[in-house]
Amino acid sequence: MKEAAAALKRKRAWHWLEYVFWLAAAASIFLLPSQHALLTQIAIWSLFALSLDLLLGYAGIVSLGHAAYFGFGAYVAALFAINFYGEPVTGLLVAGVAAGLLGLITSLLVLRGTDLTRLMVTLGIALVMYEIANQMSWLTGGADGLTGMPVNPVLGVFPIYFITTNSYVYVLVVLFILLVIAKRIVHSPFGYSLRAIKGNPLRASSIGIPNNLRLIAVYTVAAAYAGVAGALLAQTTPVVSLTYIDFQRSADVLLMLIIGGTGYLYGGIVGSALFLVAQKFIGNVTPQYWEFWIGFALVVIALFARDRGVFSIFERIIAALRKEKAKS
Amino acid sequence: MLRRSFLAALAATALAAGSLPATAQETVKIGLIIPLTGPFTTTGKQLEAAARLYMQQNGTTVAGKKIELIVRDDAGRAENTARIASEMIQNDKVSFLAGFGLTPLAMATAPIATNSKVPMVVMMAGTSIITERSPYIVRTSFTLGQSAVIIADWAAQNKIKKVVTMVTDYAPGHDAESSFISQFKSKGGEVSESIRVPIQNPDFAPFLQRVLDAKPDALYVFTPSGVGAILMKQFVERGLDKSGIRLIGPGDITDDDVLPGFGDAAVGVVTAHNYSTDHPSAKNKEYVAAFRKANPGMRPNFASVGGYDGIHLIYEALKKTGGKTDGDALLAAMKGLKWESPRGPISIDPETRDIIQTIYIRKVEKKNGELYNVEFASFPDVKDPVKAAKK
Repeated sequence: MKEAAAALKRKRAWHWLEYVFWLAAAASIFLLPSQHALLTQIAIWSLFALSLDLLLGYAGIVSLGHAAYFGFGAYVAALFAINFYGEPVTGLLVAGVAAGLLGLITSLLVLRGTDLTRLMVTLGIALVMYEIANQMSWLTGGADGLTGMPVNPVLGVFPIYFITTNSYVYVLVVLFILLVIAKRIVHSPFGYSLRAIKGNPLRASSIGIPNNLRLIAVYTVAAAYAGVAGALLAQTTPVVSLTYIDFQRSADVLLMLIIGGTGYLYGGIVGSALFLVAQKFIGNVTPQYWEFWIGFALVVIALFARDRGVFSIFERIIAALRKEKAKS
Repeated sequence: MLRRSFLAALAATALAAGSLPATAQETVKIGLIIPLTGPFTTTGKQLEAAARLYMQQNGTTVAGKKIELIVRDDAGRAENTARIASEMIQNDKVSFLAGFGLTPLAMATAPIATNSKVPMVVMMAGTSIITERSPYIVRTSFTLGQSAVIIADWAAQNKIKKVVTMVTDYAPGHDAESSFISQFKSKGGEVSESIRVPIQNPDFAPFLQRVLDAKPDALYVFTPSGVGAILMKQFVERGLDKSGIRLIGPGDITDDDVLPGFGDAAVGVVTAHNYSTDHPSAKNKEYVAAFRKANPGMRPNFASVGGYDGIHLIYEALKKTGGKTDGDALLAAMKGLKWESPRGPISIDPETRDIIQTIYIRKVEKKNGELYNVEFASFPDVKDPVKAAKK
């Protein structure tokens, strides 16, 4: 028992690359002021991809409709700010809880069936949510978008409204906190039970893991994370529109996660950074062909790395270097 | 003296040839943010082609400054538009923001324009409220209400008494429905039924049967451009064209860009809009010829004139300020400007910063084997009716 606890602790200890990454992220606050608007978007997509990684990378649930919770969180945050209170952290909490509840309810549908059924059910949920947002235009603004959302200073002291650098700091801190929590989750016994279910659901249940309860729990957490990501985007862009909840967004986040690599937590961050930086710079040169290049990259990554993404290529290089070192 | 004028001449030639990089003060940058990927690509392509055409025809030096156009794709997503706009202001130091293919994209950028006092020229998005969101917004496209109200006026004057409305179920559709109904009723018309069609996978057939049963004088329709083709095909298939029911609506449904692909079913549709490729003025003939030459396979539509006139507005404002790029001075220069556009005479309302233009009534006809919206009546100096009603 003691050994197991020690092993868990070792696993969740921080890798030196993680320190490097967060130091670099902190340094970017001072070194890259001209790119803060882009970095803010990257951080938000990263959080969204991280939430999908909890589902796909750890529990093996494929989703084509994760934007449902992202968009729901965004609308909830905006409506809460307009009607009640414009403090952003409160908005995040409200959006997270609301999206989590929606995840809890809809998880009962997702539990049924296999990968293909799940793909269809998640897609269906997102389409239904899209149509609801479109139909309730008296509340959501429909295709014209929802505007007029107040954004007060964070915790009453740190203004972020139209201050690009402050927005970036705010989003980065939220991403950091939620990533640390996600790390604790996936390296807890709960996290390992998820991986057991992903590996073989029958065996998992035969050793006493309550499969359905575990999947409901992780689906709820992932939905709450997505809701927080949506709320962040709403707070840093002064309009919430139907594109927050459309199929393209569900597809893009899946692309980003697969490009980066599933099951690393950082895969979504790497993937969204590559995706958005490439979109910006290739798009500036030839907007029309940007989609060609992203498709091309996807095929190459799928051929060489499967769903483990760019991250696994790094891993292999590091492993190869270690081998060399051991030999010499 | 001789040497100085020689140097000046040399600099001028170099500038004209674009071989020397101009320094920061001498360059005025226009940031054009448009959808070039995603479902609204055609709008973005029209805007970009028209903006580039204007600059090619009129040169890139205005009031002694070199004009540079920076084009960026927002894929039709509001968060991208807002991000690109703030990057353009912060990093590229643009003096104008332009483009905006859809309402949420303009709405997301409005506070940025206000904050940075950079003029924002809306070249496409057509919801009335946009211009009220920032004192730095000027619009060169149209408002949906302009066409919807005018087609109601025309219908009332032309013995159309009973109408069924059918719109796509999303915010612009709701606007098109309410503007038409209130205007048509105030002129003594009757709207016997209002149908809303889902935005996803539009199939009009079951709704058209209801229209046939209601036996109105006309069916008023608003759909996103492109979807109109399906509607017109089903209109003919169900035999509504033979029942004497006329098809009317705002000009979006017979968008010049996609109209050639509609087929003969579209012939006879009557719409109201601000521009037709077929507009019979010398200015427009020249415009269409130049546009088609520069962009083979494309036909300029109402989005394109928004882009063309938007750049014209920017050029004229700069001329009036003598090249100064102060936001408030530029706005003052833009208010009340009047000029002859390919679509006809237009001006910027000094009070609302919205466009005042002629709205034409057109009928789809076949000319030289191609479908065109042929204008046959006009309503001059139309202001945005939604803002006019607020007063």
